[in-house]
Amino acid sequence: MQLRTELRDDVTIIALEGSLDSRTAPQVQQEIEALFPDHGLVLLDLSGTSYMSSAGLRVLLLVYRRAQAGTARLALTGVPDEVREIMAATGFLDFFTVAGSVEDGVKALTV
Amino acid sequence: MTAPQAIERIDAYPTRRIAGFPVRAGRPLPFGATPVPGGVNFSVYSNNATGMTLVLYRAGEPEPMAELPFPDAFVIGGVYAMTVYDLDAEGIEYGYRAQGPFDPERGHRFDPTVVVADPYARLMSDARTGPRRSRVALDDFDWEDDRPLRLPHEDLVIYELHARGFTRDPSSGVAAPGTYAGLVEKIPYLRELGVNCVELLPVFEFDENDNPRSHPVTGEPLANYWGYNTVGYFAPKASYASTGRYGMQADEFKNLVKQLHRAGIEVILDVVFNHTAEGNEYGPTISFKGLDNATYYMLTPDGHYYNFSGTGNTLNCNNPVVRGFVLDCLRYWASEFHIDGFRFDLAAILGRGPDGALLANPPLLETLAYDPVLRDCKLIAEAWDAAGLYQVGSFPNYCRWSEWNGRYRDTVRRFVKGDTGVTGDLATRMVGSPDMYAQRGTSATVNFVLCHDGFTLNDLVSYNGKHNEVNGEDNRDGDNNNQSWNCGVEGPTDDPEVLALRARQMRNVFMILLASQGVPMILAGDEVGRTQQGNNNAYCHDGPLTWFDWRLVERNADLLRFVRRAIAFRQAHPVLRRGPASEVSWHGVRAWTADWSEHCRLIAGMFGTGADDCVYVAANSHWEGHLLELPEPPQGTAWHLFADTAAPPPFDAREPGEEPVLPDQSHVEVGPRAVVVLVAHSQAEQRDNGKEE
Repeated sequence: MQLRTELRDDVTIIALEGSLDSRTAPQVQQEIEALFPDHGLVLLDLSGTSYMSSAGLRVLLLVYRRAQAGTARLALTGVPDEVREIMAATGFLDFFTVAGSVEDGVKALTV
Repeated sequence: MTAPQAIERIDAYPTRRIAGFPVRAGRPLPFGATPVPGGVNFSVYSNNATGMTLVLYRAGEPEPMAELPFPDAFVIGGVYAMTVYDLDAEGIEYGYRAQGPFDPERGHRFDPTVVVADPYARLMSDARTGPRRSRVALDDFDWEDDRPLRLPHEDLVIYELHARGFTRDPSSGVAAPGTYAGLVEKIPYLRELGVNCVELLPVFEFDENDNPRSHPVTGEPLANYWGYNTVGYFAPKASYASTGRYGMQADEFKNLVKQLHRAGIEVILDVVFNHTAEGNEYGPTISFKGLDNATYYMLTPDGHYYNFSGTGNTLNCNNPVVRGFVLDCLRYWASEFHIDGFRFDLAAILGRGPDGALLANPPLLETLAYDPVLRDCKLIAEAWDAAGLYQVGSFPNYCRWSEWNGRYRDTVRRFVKGDTGVTGDLATRMVGSPDMYAQRGTSATVNFVLCHDGFTLNDLVSYNGKHNEVNGEDNRDGDNNNQSWNCGVEGPTDDPEVLALRARQMRNVFMILLASQGVPMILAGDEVGRTQQGNNNAYCHDGPLTWFDWRLVERNADLLRFVRRAIAFRQAHPVLRRGPASEVSWHGVRAWTADWSEHCRLIAGMFGTGADDCVYVAANSHWEGHLLELPEPPQGTAWHLFADTAAPPPFDAREPGEEPVLPDQSHVEVGPRAVVVLVAHSQAEQRDNGKEE
């Protein structure tokens, strides 16, 4: 799993690439947290995520909770259909702002 | 975004390697498989085993990846505990081989060739995608501020449903039919109906394919659809989760509970502690039988299985070890899943001792009644068993347990079909059965006329006898004492008169149930006239015969509206829920003169005495109508007509609060085989009335 970041407008875009499962989850979580601004806007781009397990979903929720504890705002984009279905069925989806594209995500966060 | 570094534990490192895995002595508590820093703690107990081996699999693979015997140093008492490091908690499955004697005469059936499931497994894999094995759960669901609702027990309207069958039919229109997630999509329907509690048929992991019978016509294997054959008591059924193949069934089930709670709906689970899926000596060894047979099962002196459950074995519930297991299980569901209550299948067995004898003060029932974790949980007993013990009204209750009231069911059925000699008994049933529960208020009795086991309501008024041929037992299975009446034609008919009478009879049942003190329970689908084609024991059919057909919502919209209004009416009138029975007066053709004689088929009760809340309910099972003299309504009020089951829809029931005033305040006509319900409103307040407090 690899992370790439990019700053667009005021939004930090973190793109996840590869498999997010219980093997990679602890490392990914640490890395996301390191990249996460205390205040500000973050868009997690999952379009390059090939596989996400329940541990991966938990990472997303944990990041969301951390964001909530600070003043950062978080949105998701590029959520694969299968991941989206799992998130919907387990109620995880309700926690997130989900955008169809990076542009929409940036817009959703900066409005 | 940095958190303070947690202080590292000094016991968070392995002390040795077994079968290639770094391990250390584990923690005996909690039992089961628990993620800990760096690994997973496995704890399992058996008082009669001589040794134990942890068997690890990569998920879905047929052969183990490792077998780790517990060294002596890892055993405390009868508890085997080991922490295994470097494990991918998500990617493994596990089980145990228990060593010990195979000596059935002494009750021991150890068989180390079998890998048994962990009785405390909090996840079990979905048997549709591989072997059904124990898995590790993270139990870190984000409940936010959710907690059990703690609705007053007597205010519940329970809706008994099958978590799969409710949305499995394509007509449900949900994204994931037959799943917990699908049920979430139907919460708006439940809200509109007005029920505030769902009672789920078994959702603990079971084997739906353990039915040895096959369909007599198609030859296809029959199912175990209801699920009264538990395999894993801590594991939500994986195949009921759309995310079961990802091991997310616990999260999906918890989300269902959370969403139901948000809608103001409690969740009661139907739990089966009287027996397990392991059958008798010819049944499979799944878990308990291989871990400690002599402890978990009631055995005869020569080691055979007592069969009070009618399924081959009987769980030894009042053995102290098993009692602890049951308590651990219910505490887990109450705390980890926020469950609001439990309905105990064949609960009379839970009052039997290890030799089957009835106990005066059954320790298990007492323990559950007083447990602090379970304090606010509803505890409901099916107060009989399959060996003839019938404890309705006498179940050891500790002022805590309530009961499925089988007498209520039988009496209402007999009255509605027109039996004589039951009006007195009906009156008693309608005020909370004080002959059985006088000391305990109206929450002690769960009133029901139909449940999963038996006819549906539509079939109760459409069939004289059961039609269970497709169950593969030549129609010998299922209850013969149905107290049903087909209204003139057996089964489906086009005869408009028969259909009209059936429609009215269904409304009569609903109206009596929802105007009775005690907790009403409705069988899902009855509100839209669901049929099982006369099958009164449909446990073995997982198909259109048993699934909720959502096309009926439109087809029988009239009946659905009636039921919705009757539920709303009940919720608007505390006098129908709370008692005391002494505030109900009885009437007949003449006011203040009830006819209790043998031949009478008419009874009218006035619930409440004050102007704030007063309801008059007249039930006539005679084939002729009667003009009833009315008691005076409370001072300053007039009688208004809420329901008349003989009136054509939509005038069979009104929106509560919008009932029209009765033109003749001194008399009301009750039609043939009909129920009439009046409510006292002051005419000026009429618009605001009916909306409770």
